[in-house]
Amino acid sequence: MNVEELRKLFPALSETVYGKPLVYLDNAATIQRPASVIEKWVDMTERHNANLHRAVHKIAADATEEYESTRDAVRAFLNAESREEIVFTSGATASINLVAFCFGEAFVKPGDEIIVTEAEHHSNIVPWQMMCSRKGAVLKVLPVDDEGHLRIDLLDSLLTDRTRLMCVAQISNVLGIINPVKEIVNICHSKGCAVLVDGAQGVVHTGADVADLGCDFYAFSGHKVYAAPGTGVLYGRKELLDAMPPYMGGGEMIASVSFSGTTYAPLPGKFEAGTQNIAGTPTLKPALELAEALKDKELTEYIDRVRDFVLNALLADDRIKLYGVPRGTSDKIALFSFAVKGAHHEDMALLLDKMGIAVRSGQMCAEPLMDRFGVTGMLRASFAPYNTMEEAERFLQSLDRAITMLV
Amino acid sequence: MTMMERTLKEVQEEIVDDFSMYDEWLDKYEYLIELGKNLASYPEEKKTDDRLIKGCQSRVWLDWSMEEGRLYFSADSDAIITKGIISLLISVYSGRTPEEIAADDFSFLGRIGLKENLSPTRANGLVSMIQTIHTAAESNL
Repeated sequence: MNVEELRKLFPALSETVYGKPLVYLDNAATIQRPASVIEKWVDMTERHNANLHRAVHKIAADATEEYESTRDAVRAFLNAESREEIVFTSGATASINLVAFCFGEAFVKPGDEIIVTEAEHHSNIVPWQMMCSRKGAVLKVLPVDDEGHLRIDLLDSLLTDRTRLMCVAQISNVLGIINPVKEIVNICHSKGCAVLVDGAQGVVHTGADVADLGCDFYAFSGHKVYAAPGTGVLYGRKELLDAMPPYMGGGEMIASVSFSGTTYAPLPGKFEAGTQNIAGTPTLKPALELAEALKDKELTEYIDRVRDFVLNALLADDRIKLYGVPRGTSDKIALFSFAVKGAHHEDMALLLDKMGIAVRSGQMCAEPLMDRFGVTGMLRASFAPYNTMEEAERFLQSLDRAITMLV
Repeated sequence: MTMMERTLKEVQEEIVDDFSMYDEWLDKYEYLIELGKNLASYPEEKKTDDRLIKGCQSRVWLDWSMEEGRLYFSADSDAIITKGIISLLISVYSGRTPEEIAADDFSFLGRIGLKENLSPTRANGLVSMIQTIHTAAESNL
């Protein structure tokens, strides 16, 4: 498959804005959806709308089959050991909150410690702050260096026999740096500390093999990997999930209910209280099929060329300060957060918008990282596999024009 | 008040006229950037949290004072297009009586397309700026 063939799968990519072809470079916020996903979504709504697992009638059985076969597809995509380890949620944020609450209840005592990194999204910080204040635990922070790399050398000294969990993004949503998760897992496991990986960005760019990563939890959102919004996944190692109490009480998560006591359903139902995202969750199947197909050599080489082209242009431009500078060719995705000297990120984003370029500006849900670099916000261009070299050129030309207008 | 002073409505009409010369949004922004660069300087010591306007992606400080029955506004922002918008607001509302400001519906901003064409976060900031100006007028009636 080449990039032009890939683009044809996405209806949104032929949109125009202000009379100009849309160059969509806000893929790290949410990625566009292919027709296969949209069709599945519509089909589930038009033809298979019934509540799951409960009724004996035909369309309920069809809907349940769609939903449960999606669990098998996710298990295969993540290379998890069993389907019981795959819990459907509303997104990575919900997945992380689930772990923060339930792991906290099961394993965290006053004085215990949780580690997050300085480069985390708020969704991988705030749930842990809430858990720590609830359980009387201590939150520790692994810093990043000036180029945006995690200070792995400090991890060993942060870990103590009270550290219960390390929470780290596979890829930072601001820096675009691929973190050495396997190394982190090895260090943490050697000290008896579990690891949660926020795969919100990682799942689409590097894929996720939880057996290879060795992590204990892996969270991702469907909408960042071509599926419907409001879908998400939590992978958790079975023995941990088994030992954790339920998150929410309600329908589906129970084995039997009586006023003298209720027993809970086995995994994964225990963590799926209430009516699930019947139409959305099955879109993960075509979405992950596409993600798998994008591992195609021709496409990955093209993506790398686009990344290198933009990276080199930004690094060579002395008006621009790039955050997240790679050390090699394999530790950075085509996601670029930067500041323009003498221009506010919001002004830049407004001008680029009128030139048909959709980028993100602001704190990108990572205020501690903004403080770390002493900025109030950044401009971020995040590329997807369907973005072309021509779009990269248009982005750089527009960037130059906007800077000239402002500085 | 001299006989030559233009009314609030007249100043608004002039701004609407100015903007109607530009078909392209980028040209409107170029004009706002020019206005922003020429905005009167704002004292650093007045960049305090109580003068900070909520709801903007960029930071906006707005200060007002009442002198001889008229309200005077000064403001600043770290973003230049926002400064351009501030400049428009000051040219219309600064030096007016609270009665004039309180009676105005701020609809001229819609007529130059500013509310619709700015990002939601920016539009929120604009709405907050307008509210602050309006509240200052109401509290001095």
